[in-house]
Amino acid sequence: MTREEKRTKVAIHFAGDSGDGIQLAGSQFTLTTALQGNDLSTFPDFPAEIRAPIGTVAGVSGFQINFGSEEINTPGSNPDVLVAMNAAAFKKNIRNLKKGGVLIANEAGFDKRNLRLAHMDESVNPLDELHSSDYQLYRIDVTRLNREALDGLELGMKEKDRSRNMFALGFVYWLYHRNLDPTLQFLSSKFKSKPVVLEANIRALKKGYHYGETIEAITRYRVEGAKLQPGTYRNIVGNQALGMGLIAASQKAGLDLFYAGYPITPASDILHFLARHKNFGIKTFQAEDEIAAITASIGASFGGALGVTATSGPGMALKGEAMGLSVMLELPLVIVNVQRGGPSTGLPTKTEQADLLQAVYGRNGEAPIPVIAAQSASDCFFAAYEATRIAVEHMTPVILLSDGYIANGAEPWRFPKSADLEKIHVPYFKGKEDYLPYRRNEKLVRSWVLPGQEGLEHRIGGLEKEKESGNVSYDPDNHEEMVKIRAERISLIANEYPALKRVQGPEQGRVLVLGWGSTFGAIKVAVRNALAEGMLVSQLHLRHIFPFPNDLKDVLSDYDTVLIPELNNGQLSKLIRQEYDTRVIALNKIKGLPFGADEILKKIGEVHGD
Amino acid sequence: METNGTAYTAKDFSSDQDVRWCPGCGDYSILKQMQTVLPELGINRKDLVFISGIGCSSRFPYYMNSYGMHSIHGRAPAVASGLKAANPDLSVWIITGDGDGLSIGGNHLIHALRRNLDVNILLFNNEIYGLTKGQYSPTSELGKYTKSSPLGSIDHPFNPLALALGAEATFVARTVDRDPIHLREVLKRAHQHKGTSYVEIYQNCNVFNDGAFELWTDKRQKGAHSLILEQGKPLVYDGGKKGLRLDGIRPQIVDMDNDYSESDLWVHDEKDSVKAHILSRFFDKDPTPETFPRPFGILYSEDRFTYETAMQNQMDKALDLQGKGDLDDLISGKNTWTVE
Repeated sequence: MTREEKRTKVAIHFAGDSGDGIQLAGSQFTLTTALQGNDLSTFPDFPAEIRAPIGTVAGVSGFQINFGSEEINTPGSNPDVLVAMNAAAFKKNIRNLKKGGVLIANEAGFDKRNLRLAHMDESVNPLDELHSSDYQLYRIDVTRLNREALDGLELGMKEKDRSRNMFALGFVYWLYHRNLDPTLQFLSSKFKSKPVVLEANIRALKKGYHYGETIEAITRYRVEGAKLQPGTYRNIVGNQALGMGLIAASQKAGLDLFYAGYPITPASDILHFLARHKNFGIKTFQAEDEIAAITASIGASFGGALGVTATSGPGMALKGEAMGLSVMLELPLVIVNVQRGGPSTGLPTKTEQADLLQAVYGRNGEAPIPVIAAQSASDCFFAAYEATRIAVEHMTPVILLSDGYIANGAEPWRFPKSADLEKIHVPYFKGKEDYLPYRRNEKLVRSWVLPGQEGLEHRIGGLEKEKESGNVSYDPDNHEEMVKIRAERISLIANEYPALKRVQGPEQGRVLVLGWGSTFGAIKVAVRNALAEGMLVSQLHLRHIFPFPNDLKDVLSDYDTVLIPELNNGQLSKLIRQEYDTRVIALNKIKGLPFGADEILKKIGEVHGD
Repeated sequence: METNGTAYTAKDFSSDQDVRWCPGCGDYSILKQMQTVLPELGINRKDLVFISGIGCSSRFPYYMNSYGMHSIHGRAPAVASGLKAANPDLSVWIITGDGDGLSIGGNHLIHALRRNLDVNILLFNNEIYGLTKGQYSPTSELGKYTKSSPLGSIDHPFNPLALALGAEATFVARTVDRDPIHLREVLKRAHQHKGTSYVEIYQNCNVFNDGAFELWTDKRQKGAHSLILEQGKPLVYDGGKKGLRLDGIRPQIVDMDNDYSESDLWVHDEKDSVKAHILSRFFDKDPTPETFPRPFGILYSEDRFTYETAMQNQMDKALDLQGKGDLDDLISGKNTWTVE
């Protein structure tokens, strides 16, 4: 007898070998769920190795999705459902599964060999050891059932087993009343040229779906669509949104987009995305190294394009000298850092926010560069747009910080119409002669002349330049003045920011939770819950980190304490303490993982007191 | 890129900045020959750009009345690649040196050569670090005594032309600061070549490495040591007294007054990459009248598609396949849903 229950939100964690197609299953569940109108947030978590040793804990690839009929801001800490394709996936994730949660285990993945590879006791199947009261356990021999379903197809055993992920996905679809059509459409297009593989995947998906009906005493769950703000939505992944933001901004500015990058996790998807959209007049350049990527972008900007480069922490370190050059040249340039765990090679596929001080300070000399941060997957679009706007309108490099979590994470997005995006003005030189390359307007922005313009030939470079003329100058007073002008022109950008708006909470109170970047969702949930508990707490999230907003000082002073949760060892805390006379408490997590809302809520409670 | 009937003189390419190289530096000659030959090249000044890195030679753009950028150490080929890709109509000249181009910027140089954008690379080789006051460079000879090698350099030097050929360069040439006519001729050919032109220019640093190229510039010695390459002409040197022939792929020096006539000799063909590689190996570390002469001129020239053309072709293809990009279609994607 199948029972039905309603849920307002559910977190599902798919886990298996890195070759098991977990990311594909996860992203398909995401798309399907988005199209069913749920709010959602995802967190793909995979090893740095492409094919880590099979069956080992190190090789486990995971994908968590949190979806619901209510507002969802994080991928959730403890999943309600764990899909474990093998023993290693079980071992790594079982302690996170909520008590009473659903465990779907692929029986074939718990044989002696798999237990050995997972460094578990071979003589005991851990599934036998679970207390039935702790979990709703579904032991399904996915491998065998899937092979049976594909009986008669002209495929080897290995190829048949490759569609196991679709069987498991099909079962979860049944359990949560998901619609099969989006995935069927996806499969049809992906395997267009391989009809047998297509057939195998379709059969596997449907067999998994119908398998649910054969189990007795099973509970199916309904998660109704969320009451999102009215409008048209799509599902969006952060790096994709970032690429779109760059394209949109370049079009609105009337500039050709020139993007140079060197392959690096987790930024490479931006290069892949833009390389697929050359029909927007985009030129993509896979450079020989990180330094070439930024200097080629500088060259392109010198030639009149919008130069953009993206990388992660190690690449930022290599680009440092060229960033200084772009400060001196005063040309538009967008530098994206999709942060990952550091230092050095660090944790390439894990998330962290530890490059903030590098972004603000990491150059030789007095070299101010505006720094802005994206707060969610969809917000990467607007952050990229804003970074480009500042870069172009102020003739400056801009650093845009994203991170692995939002770069790979997905969420529904009520996307804008291009007509509603604000226009970007390019400060071209309007005259015909008397051009002084470093003469400035009231915002201290120099005007732009492109090679190819008659009679305005000029030279720029990394040596200190004489005020206005831009000629090389070693004059002591001139240098000091130029350093101050470069600092002031960047600080003036803050005059254009919109007034700060608290995300939630009262205008005055005991605790202000101040965040930046990808911690937005977790902080939002934590503060919402704290408010529900009656605490005097508010949330403020920074888009612009350098220069700080002019009104930040006033907002901070409206609270007794500022709590700053960060995925680093206290970098924004350091900046805030240095700049403002306010009581700062840092909440730091440096595990390569995003915050759970509960971790932040707990800290709010401590700081707030009774 | 062509002039609109503008008749330039050398002076039109001279900027208002004081030239600050040491008196007697070979760079003056290269600057002068560049400015002298430019009116013959038919480039509109508005489309002319010089991009340099760091070092003595890299001050060059400041002295040219054109567009220019004095960038950072070693990166000029990368800056120029982005510039040329962004605007293929420009005539882009990269000015670099042996330290800038072959040491700190070696990676960009070799990758620029294989990509083959239509740009010109002038490598001023003085076999020393001049601007940092006299350390050995990647082209300094073994055993060279400098401030940073008081017991003599133990770094085996690069062979800059063999390096370029190994990096799949499509135009490889050598010339020297003290031979203005030859220098101008090579610059002209470099400009005419569609693709990356790589020109090594022997340049005397009279302060830190004076006379490094004396064998090939001194009137009394250069005949016996220099081989001037001319397309389709037999390889003769030393006032016609000596010639070169090929025994299979082995080069051989022959005396012309004995048994050999010009018809026995190796005829220069700059399209022949095997011969170019052999010529590039004429690089004796201790040249004597018995060793192979150092070749000057165009060793190699190949027609190959340029990077920017290929890039444009792909963009055209994307337009054909996908149609002109529509921003709203991009942002909405194919799968949307509506919340009432």
